[in-house]
Amino acid sequence: MLIDFFSAGADVLSSESTYINGALFAALLAFAATGEWVAERSGTLNISVEGMLLGGAFAGALGYHLAESVAVGMMFGALGGLVIAAVQAEMSHRLTADQFVVGLTLNILIVGLTGFLDREIDPKADYASEVEIPILVDIPLFGEALFGEPWPFYLLYGLVPLSWWLVYRTRWGLELRAAGENPQSADVSGIDVNRRRRQSIYYAGLTSGLGGAYFLFARLATFDDSVIGGQGFIAIAAVIFGGWTLWGTMAGCVLFAGALSFQLSLQGLGYELNTELLQALPYLVTIGAMALFAKRVRSPAALARPFIRGLK
Amino acid sequence: MNRGARASEWAVLYALSSVIALVLSSVIVEATGGDWWPVVEALVDGSVKAPGRWGETLAIAAPLLLVALGTVISAKAGLINIGQEGQLLMGAAFAVYFSFRIGGPGPLNVVLLLLFGALGGAVWASLAGVLRFWRGVPEVLSTLLLVFVATQAVGYGLKQQWLLLADEASRGNRNLVSDQLAQDNRIPRPDIFGNEFPITVYVALALAVAVAYVLARTVWGFQLRMLGHNPRAAQRAGVSSTVFGATALAVGGAFAGLAGAAMLAGGGFSFGNYRLVPGFSDNIGWTGLLVALLARERALAAVVAAFVFAGLRTGAGFVNSTGVESRITDVVQGLLVLALLVPPAVVFLRDRRRARAAATERSC
Repeated sequence: MLIDFFSAGADVLSSESTYINGALFAALLAFAATGEWVAERSGTLNISVEGMLLGGAFAGALGYHLAESVAVGMMFGALGGLVIAAVQAEMSHRLTADQFVVGLTLNILIVGLTGFLDREIDPKADYASEVEIPILVDIPLFGEALFGEPWPFYLLYGLVPLSWWLVYRTRWGLELRAAGENPQSADVSGIDVNRRRRQSIYYAGLTSGLGGAYFLFARLATFDDSVIGGQGFIAIAAVIFGGWTLWGTMAGCVLFAGALSFQLSLQGLGYELNTELLQALPYLVTIGAMALFAKRVRSPAALARPFIRGLK
Repeated sequence: MNRGARASEWAVLYALSSVIALVLSSVIVEATGGDWWPVVEALVDGSVKAPGRWGETLAIAAPLLLVALGTVISAKAGLINIGQEGQLLMGAAFAVYFSFRIGGPGPLNVVLLLLFGALGGAVWASLAGVLRFWRGVPEVLSTLLLVFVATQAVGYGLKQQWLLLADEASRGNRNLVSDQLAQDNRIPRPDIFGNEFPITVYVALALAVAVAYVLARTVWGFQLRMLGHNPRAAQRAGVSSTVFGATALAVGGAFAGLAGAAMLAGGGFSFGNYRLVPGFSDNIGWTGLLVALLARERALAAVVAAFVFAGLRTGAGFVNSTGVESRITDVVQGLLVLALLVPPAVVFLRDRRRARAAATERSC
């Protein structure tokens, strides 16, 4: 029994499809988590990431439906994410409504709205064409998963370094981090704290919208209001798991996506693992990591604390 | 500004934003080729007007209210619990476990079953409390993450005969389903003017009054509010943030768990018909959280908000017959909440601006 399991595990680990599947989910998480990481560094916590992904996926389908082009679909996806980000940002960091209420409401609203519009419009989408990067795609095991993907996947290779550069190497990023660490001081030194926070949420909306649309064009090609199914929350978990560093966040995405794909492949081979445990794994690992490191790894000091000038 | 003018100003602002939300919803319906007015009529019919419907609405309003009351308590202590959905599910699971593995049939067991449900919710919320006060993990994050853990844990329990799964004779051809509660383990549903609802509705109402009283008029309530307003001052005054915070979280979870147990034992087809099934919680936890936030942490206002949201749910059943997708009610609900968040924020910002202007004037 145990030997069976290990040989099955080895089978799964040596099959390319595990990595291809893993890359698919990891990319979805990475799109969302990159943006959410930027947003959290500015001291905001957007549980509306889930809604941004879903909105992006629907807008992507709508874009394809209208223009028959994946590129237009991706643009629509980004736009969809931005619209949701606008509501989140303006309501919670201009009007000072509670960010969790806004995020939660948005999630429920977007599930309802996309479900409603999907039934009424029924947009048709298609798969994005795959682009293979010569030579690299021939690397055994990983090649296909990392370098033989639908073209929107490659946006990540630009997006992740760009986010790192924005946050750590630009004045904007420095101000943004200041807003996340010590908004009072940032305010005194002339930084518009809430403005930086709004901008960071717009950024999260942009990347999450792209992520939702990517997932639609890479995996599904038809929209359904359950396509995202909680992946947005896993992306938030990845940011926390990664201790608010970009590389840690990406590691979290790969780990969580890997666990999911491992489980799917095992099921494909007819092995029944404890699926509940594996599904709960990202959350358990994140809670465990927080419990172990919460006192050592510091979250942005003002994370999830609204900033209102003169109020502490 | 005097009190009367202020109150009417609030009323106007709230009315205005509700209207904007409804107009937006109507635009969405009309833009997709539907008719808005029949939808409104269907909503009113389905939630109160048609025979037997307001009882149905009350039956859904009760768990929403219970969840909201728990949220109010933990929010007053300055803790942001957003994991009611999971706590509610755990409460229902504990109730099932009690009913079939510990208690067995018997009318007294209805009360014990509800208490066990409350215990389940409290335990689940206390996990977040332990993480918060022992390891410093923010409760916002842990309560949220624990929702998904709860879903999987209950899913696992529903696969295990010794936990929640029904025996083969009772589950028929369904997987993942618990036994149906025995007749005398159910909450009575007396018939009032052709409307049927479990008597937990009265319990929920009584608890709303009790919570309002406790928070406003007792020492414990005062200490909680003190903790919420200024933890440092509370600590100096001998209100331990650990003890009171953890208690507030646990009590909040207990209310959500109670709601879950009441949904289970209160019956109604929308809640699994006396059985625990996957997806049992059906967003009641999330919606109850919205109710609390919409009521701006006031227990009595939550009564009204719970009824409105329950009405949108029961009304949804009637919307499909108009040819418009019933998911529109989720849209209406979401837009309503967003719109109703605006007036308090606007008034708050305006009052602050005025106060600051007055302060600068004085100092000049």
